[in-house]
Amino acid sequence: MSIALTMFVGFVALTLLITFWAARKNTGASAYFAAGRSITGWQNGLAVAGDYMSAASFLGISGAICLSGYDGFMYSVGFLVAYITVLLIVAEPLRNAGKYTMADLLAYRLSPRPVRAMASLSTLTVSTFYMIAQMVGAGVIIEKLIGASFHTAVIGVGALMLVYVVFGGMLATTWVQIIKAILLMIGAFMLSVLVLKHHGYSLGAFFDSVSAATYNNTEAPKNLLEPGLKYGLAVAGPWGSLDFISLSLALVLGTAGLPHILVRFYTVPDAKTARSSVVWAMAIIGIFYILTTFFGFGAATILEKAQILSDGKPNPNMVAPALAQHLGGELFFAFISAVAFATILAVVAGLTMSASASFAHDFYTNVIHHGREQQPGAEVRVARITAFVVGAVSISIAIYLGPSVNAAFLVGLAFAVAASANLPVIVLSVFWKRFNTAGAVSGLVFGLGSSILLILLSPNGLFGKAGALFPLENPGIISIPIGFLAAWLGTILTARDPSAEAKFAELTVRAHTGLGAEKAVSH
Amino acid sequence: MSEKPSTVDWAALEAQPAFRALLARKARFIVGATLFFMSYYLALPVLVGYFPDLMKKQVLGKVNLAYLFALSQFVMAWTVAFLYVRKASRWDKEAADVIKGHH
Repeated sequence: MSIALTMFVGFVALTLLITFWAARKNTGASAYFAAGRSITGWQNGLAVAGDYMSAASFLGISGAICLSGYDGFMYSVGFLVAYITVLLIVAEPLRNAGKYTMADLLAYRLSPRPVRAMASLSTLTVSTFYMIAQMVGAGVIIEKLIGASFHTAVIGVGALMLVYVVFGGMLATTWVQIIKAILLMIGAFMLSVLVLKHHGYSLGAFFDSVSAATYNNTEAPKNLLEPGLKYGLAVAGPWGSLDFISLSLALVLGTAGLPHILVRFYTVPDAKTARSSVVWAMAIIGIFYILTTFFGFGAATILEKAQILSDGKPNPNMVAPALAQHLGGELFFAFISAVAFATILAVVAGLTMSASASFAHDFYTNVIHHGREQQPGAEVRVARITAFVVGAVSISIAIYLGPSVNAAFLVGLAFAVAASANLPVIVLSVFWKRFNTAGAVSGLVFGLGSSILLILLSPNGLFGKAGALFPLENPGIISIPIGFLAAWLGTILTARDPSAEAKFAELTVRAHTGLGAEKAVSH
Repeated sequence: MSEKPSTVDWAALEAQPAFRALLARKARFIVGATLFFMSYYLALPVLVGYFPDLMKKQVLGKVNLAYLFALSQFVMAWTVAFLYVRKASRWDKEAADVIKGHH
């Protein structure tokens, strides 16, 4: 185990070095929150991909495919297609009209204080949900790798992440993401090649054994390529198909509302670079998700369920590391675990960054202090304090939930919340002249409220499977329309806002031409 | 790089026929592309959920229609992105002309 540990410590040390290098370059808010807007297209593409290929993608999806076959592969499909929404609708207007956070775009022509307060609340909620998923993944890896308890592991991740965020800011998290994305792609490639090697480098043989997967001859053959193993009528009952559609909808619309992805488009110099970074991200992410075919389905043909147990139950989050150990030995296992761990640290740091930026910039500076910074540096200081609070809250919830809740499933919920609360108001504020403050607040309140409420009433919520008042695991199909409807009704039922409509011309010109957009800081 | 946003006459810029035409072209592409990719994407869970027997049909060895359709989503996403980027670089030039023409 000593090689594994050494490798692991090496990775962490490397990322810490980057952080301290970045800390020396951090001067002022634009550097801290937006990396000085100096990141290039391919760098940002890798960073976006890094943020996105989180513990949920790597650990969660491989687990979901290994245990539920085709139905788990839907995560891979949805996570990629979602980037068309980002590319076509969100990335460029956001870069052109905003400064540090999603709320900048909304506050552009609406009354800033209520809109920023609500947007900040929704950003904190989505980030916390997403972060819990990462913490759970980290706990599992550390537990398997060095035998530390789940509690200790989660607290350790939290502490390390705070170092990144507090000292390094956006520049450090960006570079950690870039390096990690490259390493994760290498890991995913190697794992896929090892799976193919196991099947004699024959795609035909690979798909043959996936269509009769036996978990290494420990179970009766099952065709994992057939849909319905999780959401089919026989398994999930009459609501299963609708639940599957609901999940698909949340996945495809959620990304464009994820605060930690949106802030990445502020780190580039202009909208054209924002666009090319989405394309880079789509290329990298797409290849990665196609590879989940091999290490997801492949795992079910190679591993026994006994190899992925924790607390006596198959733990989906352990599939990828266990597969690496089985096929590549201790060294490869150490590499995959270290990469997965670096992934989690980096993603958690990015999440904390966007949550604390939103609280400091939107709530502290703009809501409490009416948009004027009290003293130089106050905004950055508040962001650092917020990072502590957000970290502590998600650590506590992750420990409460425990290790075996699937990270991809938790992220699916975060996507539903983001798609219901954030996406409607972003889209309407860019494309609908009549949209007003009441509409934005109502969209955010009902989108956020309905998605959280439906999750609490779902089969995984407060009352368990038997007492669930809402039959679907993912609330998207109901809560996303509620978000749009509430934003629309809130607008048409209240008085027109002439100043918001007058500023629509300015927003439109800015969004589509980049005139007056925040510039990169000179070096 | 030296425009002063506060002195820009946004309403006049926005009212320019060339800018209006650009917006209309962009809107047409974005709405069309969005309708297309959302329909193509949502067809997957709908077909899988409500026509499972059709989707379980094996077409390439053991590989069934459901998996091939899922794989085609990746190709679809990359294609839409490629078409958008090609259009968008033309729009960039037109947007630059609108701004230049105004100064």
